[in-house]
Amino acid sequence: MADTILEVKNLKKYFKTARGTLHAVDDVSFTIERGKTLGIVGESGCGKSTTGRAILRLLEPTSGKVVFDGKDITSLSAAEMRKMRSDMQIIFQDPFSSLDPRKTVSQTIAEPIIENKILKDKKAIEARVKELMETVGLAQRLVNTYPHELDGGRRQRIGIARALAMNPKFIVCDEPVSALDVSIQAQILNLLQDLKEQMGLTFIFITHDLSVVNHFADEIAVMYLGQLIEKAPTEELFDHPIHPYTRALLSAIPIPEVGISRPERILLKGEISSPIDPPDECRFAKRCIYTCDQCHQSCPKLMEVRPGHFVSCHLWKDFLSE
Amino acid sequence: MAKTVKNAPRKARSQMAEVLHQFRKNKGAMLGGMIVLVIIFIAVFADFLLDYDTQVIGQNLAERLQSPNANHWFGTDELGRDIFCRILYGTRFSCSVGLVAVTIGLVIGVTLGAIAGFFGGWLEELIMRCTDILGAVPNMLMAIVIVSVLGQSIWNLMLAVGITSVPQFVRITRAAVLTVRNQEYVEASKAIGLNNRKIIFKHILPNCLSPIIVQATLRVASAIISASSLSFLGLGVPAPSPEWGALLSGGRKYIRDYSYMTLFPGLAIMITVLALNLMGDGLRDALDPKLKK
Amino acid sequence: MAENVLELKNLRVKYELEEDTVEAVNGVNIQLKQGETLGLVGETGAGKTTTALSLLRLIDSPPGVMECDKMEICGEDVLGMNESELEHIRGTLVSMIFQDPMTSLNPVFTVGQQIAESLLRHEKVNHEEAWKKAEDMLELVGIPRERAIEYPHQFSGGMKQRVIIAIALACSPKLLIADEPTTALDVTIQAQILHLMRELKEKKNTSVIMITHDLGIVAETCDRVAVMYAGKIIEEGTLDEVFNHTLHPYTEGLFNSLPNIKNRTARLRPIHGLMPDPTDLPEGCAFAPRCNYATEACKKRRPDLVTFTGTHKAACLAYEDKDFHIERGKKNG
Repeated sequence: MADTILEVKNLKKYFKTARGTLHAVDDVSFTIERGKTLGIVGESGCGKSTTGRAILRLLEPTSGKVVFDGKDITSLSAAEMRKMRSDMQIIFQDPFSSLDPRKTVSQTIAEPIIENKILKDKKAIEARVKELMETVGLAQRLVNTYPHELDGGRRQRIGIARALAMNPKFIVCDEPVSALDVSIQAQILNLLQDLKEQMGLTFIFITHDLSVVNHFADEIAVMYLGQLIEKAPTEELFDHPIHPYTRALLSAIPIPEVGISRPERILLKGEISSPIDPPDECRFAKRCIYTCDQCHQSCPKLMEVRPGHFVSCHLWKDFLSE
Repeated sequence: MAKTVKNAPRKARSQMAEVLHQFRKNKGAMLGGMIVLVIIFIAVFADFLLDYDTQVIGQNLAERLQSPNANHWFGTDELGRDIFCRILYGTRFSCSVGLVAVTIGLVIGVTLGAIAGFFGGWLEELIMRCTDILGAVPNMLMAIVIVSVLGQSIWNLMLAVGITSVPQFVRITRAAVLTVRNQEYVEASKAIGLNNRKIIFKHILPNCLSPIIVQATLRVASAIISASSLSFLGLGVPAPSPEWGALLSGGRKYIRDYSYMTLFPGLAIMITVLALNLMGDGLRDALDPKLKK
Repeated sequence: MAENVLELKNLRVKYELEEDTVEAVNGVNIQLKQGETLGLVGETGAGKTTTALSLLRLIDSPPGVMECDKMEICGEDVLGMNESELEHIRGTLVSMIFQDPMTSLNPVFTVGQQIAESLLRHEKVNHEEAWKKAEDMLELVGIPRERAIEYPHQFSGGMKQRVIIAIALACSPKLLIADEPTTALDVTIQAQILHLMRELKEKKNTSVIMITHDLGIVAETCDRVAVMYAGKIIEEGTLDEVFNHTLHPYTEGLFNSLPNIKNRTARLRPIHGLMPDPTDLPEGCAFAPRCNYATEACKKRRPDLVTFTGTHKAACLAYEDKDFHIERGKKNG
């Protein structure tokens, strides 16, 4: 029996706006095994970041359950939840706004240790900060520098060190490399890879960049307008994508190679529809070139169509053979 | 890893040091700052520099109504008191009223503004509407009412002026908190397990300091003017205390022939307020680009 | 006479700040033919945007100081122009698309008005004709003409970028500079925009300078590539030359940093270290501190662009050793 560390059941997050209810995350369910990485991909407005935050209860879910390490964390009180936080951490996208500009590197990294009373002795805390800085590749001489003196790559390392400070079991990475230059991205990705291997951490890796997640994730979940529309092991997804949106997404990625024959690019028509009070139909129907009547009448459910490969599409049978 | 490549920026200055550096480059601000320091110095050491009973309030009718001369640099008033000494001593009242009044306004205003900005919802509505009501009443009117009801004393003066500066602090703090609240580092502090109180005091308020500091400096200036106006109207510090507004008031009757009696207190008020404004503007300029960085 | 659309020789731009001088662009040469698309590739701080702004003479001075031996667009000497002459060529000869569509449009004017503004300024049309042409442009970029009366906030990011393309191309400029036009957009929208740009470019035979950090975009849209590092072009050539016969170690490093979809191998090979501080560039080659192949000479002398074959140039002293080659070049022959 697989060692499930995280179970998300029917997670919903709605926002009330002046124009109606915004369905940011709409009935998302999945499980993750200990030590594995789930990549959540999708474009803006798909709800991936909101899902990540709702799992950690940084945003309170509207409904649904999140079971972490056997404990239902959605029913915990605020005080009890704070205690759980040492096991579940997050790395943010923007290395500029995710660090308090008034705190030095060591203050930022030490804060979770001090606040959660993990270590009390000043020397022990200093030693731990040094250790963490070394783990993430930050030079010791930066101990008393401020964020504004450092570049994006170094700031992101501080964010990673902060997330590791409490020895978490599970980390949500919300677009951790999107704001970085290509060569720095690679450095940070390698670092995350090392941490994954050495510490047995479980990750959720949220990104819009499929080439990055290909490299890093064991399983990938594709989201569109708040719903999970496809989920499969990474190689399976890239080799046999089923959902029309997934296929369009994969074909849209520019390939940095010259002289190869490129497959015909699938161009989607139109723009993404509104997540406010969506009607009961397939959310992708308006942009899909393959729709049938049923697509406009009811929302398809997520079904396992190949081993480990889940899709929510009324016409999945047509795409299976391709 | 990086061996020979130098770091991105070389300046190892903290934000504070950077702000002071910018401030020093602004000549007007430096001038204002120095004048303020001199005034504070005089206020603190006034009791050592002057003997209260003889020089400040001691009457000497033989010397009354003298124009500025070698013995009495600013002349004497109708009771023979040396105006220069009285003005020097008056710095105590201006400084204390300015500081205490603004402190009252700041403590109340920043707390309310932070609560409103951080929690939002009905609490924010309630606080902001009350602030609007308080702010709608003209400052002088409010101060007059408070002093009339509570009685004339220096503490009530400070309280009155302090309360009138609350609305500005509430608004500025709330605006700053709203901006900072959406920064990811606030979310990060929640993620590492801080409760709301700690988030507000450790992360949000320290990053809102800039507009609050600027506001406080400028409010000291207007507090001094308000206090002087109240004293002028006879509602401020009771006689024979040499508060500048009271000095102005006292000199009114003699303004035609002995205009120096109103000139010098007026200049004192003007220079102090000007210095504070220059300093406040300089602080705003020095702090602003750092925020944008 | 098929003259070059752009002739840029020895562009140097520095920013003189209170304490340091930022050497942003250090000797850039660009030549562009009619209908050609040049990809200008580099990371943050390489000097690509500064180069683009220089072409439109949009560098703020002070603190920017721009020097150049020659800057001709379609044979016209841009360096010697005064402000009103510059205003005339901006939009008609050369146009620019900026990175962030969210902030490039004026929120208080309709999109039709913003396109028409460009036409009214540069072409001899009255308001009615300008408006009609504006509607035509909208259709050209795939937006229904009825939407010309709508305001920017009513459009999504992708559509805003289309409007910006419409404004840029309204007066049919000979040269279009696109500064990371799709970076802020989703990947499926990016595909649509790149497709649109390709179509328009072919229709109007516009020359394009495509500034980007994404080598995939370069592979799909450009004819030639120039790779910038620390304010200089360090490699330049046709797509095939730079991608399949890479010469410069930095270019190789960029390719190695990419997680390629088709190649799920274990570890990425990033370039260690950081971009040099533009206020304190090293004495020799700017890339030497991070280069796996650096020699002693590399640390002392700054390399010039040397022509290797025909159109393929690279600035690397290691090639003074005739037997030198980088790994990537070796693999691809």
